[in-house]
Amino acid sequence: MTKQIHLAAHFPGVNNTTVWSDPAAGSHIEFDSFRQFAQTAERGRLDFLFLAEGLRLREQNGLIYDLDVVGRPDTFTVLAALAAVTEHIGLTGTINSTFNEPYEVARQFASLDHLSGGRSAWNVVTSWDAFTGENFRRGGYLAQGDRYERARTFLATALELWDSWRGDEILADSGTGQFLATAAPGTFRHRDAFFDIAGQFNVPRSPQGRPVIFQAGDSDEGRDFAAASADAIFSRYSTLEAGQAFYADVKGRLPRFGRTRGELLILPAATFVLGDTNAEAAEIARDVRRAQVSPQTALMFIEQLWNTELSGFDVDGPLPSFDPVVSDTLISQGRASVRQFAKDPVALAAEWRGRAEAGNLSAREVVIEVTGRQSFVGSAETVATTINELVQADAADGYIMVPHITPGGLAPFVDQVVPLLQERGVFRADYTGTTLRDHLGLAPLRRAEQTTAARAVAAG
Amino acid sequence: MVPTPAPLHLAVALDGAGWHPAAWREPDAQPQRLFTAGYWTELARHAERGLLDFLTIEDGLDLQSDDRFQADSRTDRVRGRLDAVLIAARVAPVTRHIGFVPTAITTHTEPFHLSKAIATLDYVSAGRAGIRVQVAARAGTTAHFGRREILPLEPDRLGDPDTRRLIADHFDEAADYVEVLRRLWDSWEDNAEIRDVATGRFIDRDKLHYIDFEGRWFSVKGPSISPRPPQGQPIIAALGHASVPYQLIARSADVGFVTPRDAAHAAEIVAEIRTEQARAGRAGMTVHVFGDLVVFLDETKAAAVARRQRLDERAGTEYHSDAHIFTGTAIGLADLLQEWQAAGLSGFRLRPAALPHDLTQLTERLVPELRRRCLFRARYEADTLRGLLGLGRPANRYAAA
Repeated sequence: MTKQIHLAAHFPGVNNTTVWSDPAAGSHIEFDSFRQFAQTAERGRLDFLFLAEGLRLREQNGLIYDLDVVGRPDTFTVLAALAAVTEHIGLTGTINSTFNEPYEVARQFASLDHLSGGRSAWNVVTSWDAFTGENFRRGGYLAQGDRYERARTFLATALELWDSWRGDEILADSGTGQFLATAAPGTFRHRDAFFDIAGQFNVPRSPQGRPVIFQAGDSDEGRDFAAASADAIFSRYSTLEAGQAFYADVKGRLPRFGRTRGELLILPAATFVLGDTNAEAAEIARDVRRAQVSPQTALMFIEQLWNTELSGFDVDGPLPSFDPVVSDTLISQGRASVRQFAKDPVALAAEWRGRAEAGNLSAREVVIEVTGRQSFVGSAETVATTINELVQADAADGYIMVPHITPGGLAPFVDQVVPLLQERGVFRADYTGTTLRDHLGLAPLRRAEQTTAARAVAAG
Repeated sequence: MVPTPAPLHLAVALDGAGWHPAAWREPDAQPQRLFTAGYWTELARHAERGLLDFLTIEDGLDLQSDDRFQADSRTDRVRGRLDAVLIAARVAPVTRHIGFVPTAITTHTEPFHLSKAIATLDYVSAGRAGIRVQVAARAGTTAHFGRREILPLEPDRLGDPDTRRLIADHFDEAADYVEVLRRLWDSWEDNAEIRDVATGRFIDRDKLHYIDFEGRWFSVKGPSISPRPPQGQPIIAALGHASVPYQLIARSADVGFVTPRDAAHAAEIVAEIRTEQARAGRAGMTVHVFGDLVVFLDETKAAAVARRQRLDERAGTEYHSDAHIFTGTAIGLADLLQEWQAAGLSGFRLRPAALPHDLTQLTERLVPELRRRCLFRARYEADTLRGLLGLGRPANRYAAA
């Protein structure tokens, strides 16, 4: 059976993939950029837009990192504002479970769901570093094992809070004078190693019952967490082989949690470059990659892998001849990608040198090669065909498109690729439902189902 | 020569179906829509048509209760509410002039999160954001978070030294919280984003600042993840009924909401706040003191009295409030506002007893009456909330002079 494709749009983030130096690049903070981005996505009938989050500005060599876009708005607040200027599109926010409490996050998402008429989604992430913790009263450091445990119980607690209102409590009957059908709505009690809370939740049940739950973890624990409790996974595997492997693995875990394949969508992030022809797109893609890796950015990547300051280093010459500094102390803080570098920096440096030798590449050219290759490059026809083939081959259920220009970079995809997918009958011509669950093809929640989900999460 | 009277500032305090507990049963009430964006959008647009300075939105981290100290189990009152900051954010883009001052609780929340939320509210409203900070002392609220052991307030021990110290602690924490909000808003200088292609730098990091706040309840490193908001410093407001919160208003706020019984009491409160302000070295700064009033407004005083009685009968109890309750006509209210203004108040936060009725009376009766007396604006004269309140855009505390 032909699958329907799910498409979403990721507001360009604070990595070097976002090309702020392009003359077309607009503000990353003014509301007009968000409005334009969201309205473009809605014009393309996309399922949802996606916002990332960061809670401490990145540092390198003990200084605030200044080469990428820096600065972004508060996730909840900008999503609530976007609900005012859009009608259909889902509003997905990344919210950290480490530096928050379940009662507050649950009421913020329930509020967002009410205020958007059932369009909210939560990408549940965890953090662990004391570096970010320095901005919070919760502060501190969580060991790797405790991280998922706390995230799991945080979500379980939030699910209990959303379920604490059944949805039939409010009568608002002015004749009888009964506002509530029950004297103690929202009553809850939750106790585990991380949370010991009780009382009454103060937001009535929202249109979707709760936000759609996204998860982005990739470890074995993360995949189980998602299989137990998420509605969708924000993954990094946008190629055929890696995508199929991840897809099969995660979907294969669902039966253990009493769930079916359609209850968890796999949605990798994907970058793209379009051209009139495939050859033109390839050429533009090369230019974009050079813009994404300025000489200064190339040096920063090399410093991250070598884990040392290399002032005066010429990125147009060869890579450093010495091995990276292996240490628990990293020169870069607040950046997830650096942990990939830190796993085995000596071997990775050898691999980079191998590439340099094979292709006679300068240090910067190696960085351009190894980072930020776009997922989809080609004519609109090629990209539409590729996306459809990948989805039909079970490499994904759809893609979260990440443009490299804010806010206008999404428009070519919406105007050129989406119509081709609509013509082929694999993407909606118009919205057919009102909630994000509708767009994602997820059945409406009944309270009993949610309780099952909460139990599954609690049981781990 | 007759002196030109100083203009009054007017805010409306929105809460559920209105401040009277039976307001939701009025014929023009919309109790089924209290949790929809449409309800709040209509109220905000209505207030904006009346040219009000700003609206406030009540909030709390527990279910509403008629009991100050604990949850009740009433089923005949409005219960449940949406997050006030998110309501403001949802409504701001579809209004153009009115300011938004939602309520946030300082006792259990993170100043870092709230700082960027209000900065973002300022962006999405193009400079019309504020925040009213409130402490949460109820034991029930504390149990929703479970992080801290906070002695519950008990009705028969309010005068104890322990209780007084506890209350003082809550407000000291709120003062620290406000200090962190303000420092984070200044943690980016206005021109920190440079986009210098030649050097590859998006920002000039010398214009970003660690705030390095260390206090009894939290420490916050900074800088904010959000650039300095359009107003520089969004408005900070607080409600107070006694000396401890008056100190918070005097030391930390731009607007204080107070609850005088009469003009003489208003003068006393203003004097106390001004003294505290001077003691805190803020004598030269504008701190607005607004009188809070619950209003029942009708064409005649008799009609207003009758409506209040009818609402009380439906509620099953006589309505009491921390604020003075005015029951009468718009002309009568204008007289009272003028009298209290002469006692030193610069504005009023009016709490409509029932929505939309008393809001309509404010915008269609009171505002024209005040305008006749040259006490209120005929059009919005500024684009930002600070501008409406006569406050300039403040210099950044971290910027080199």
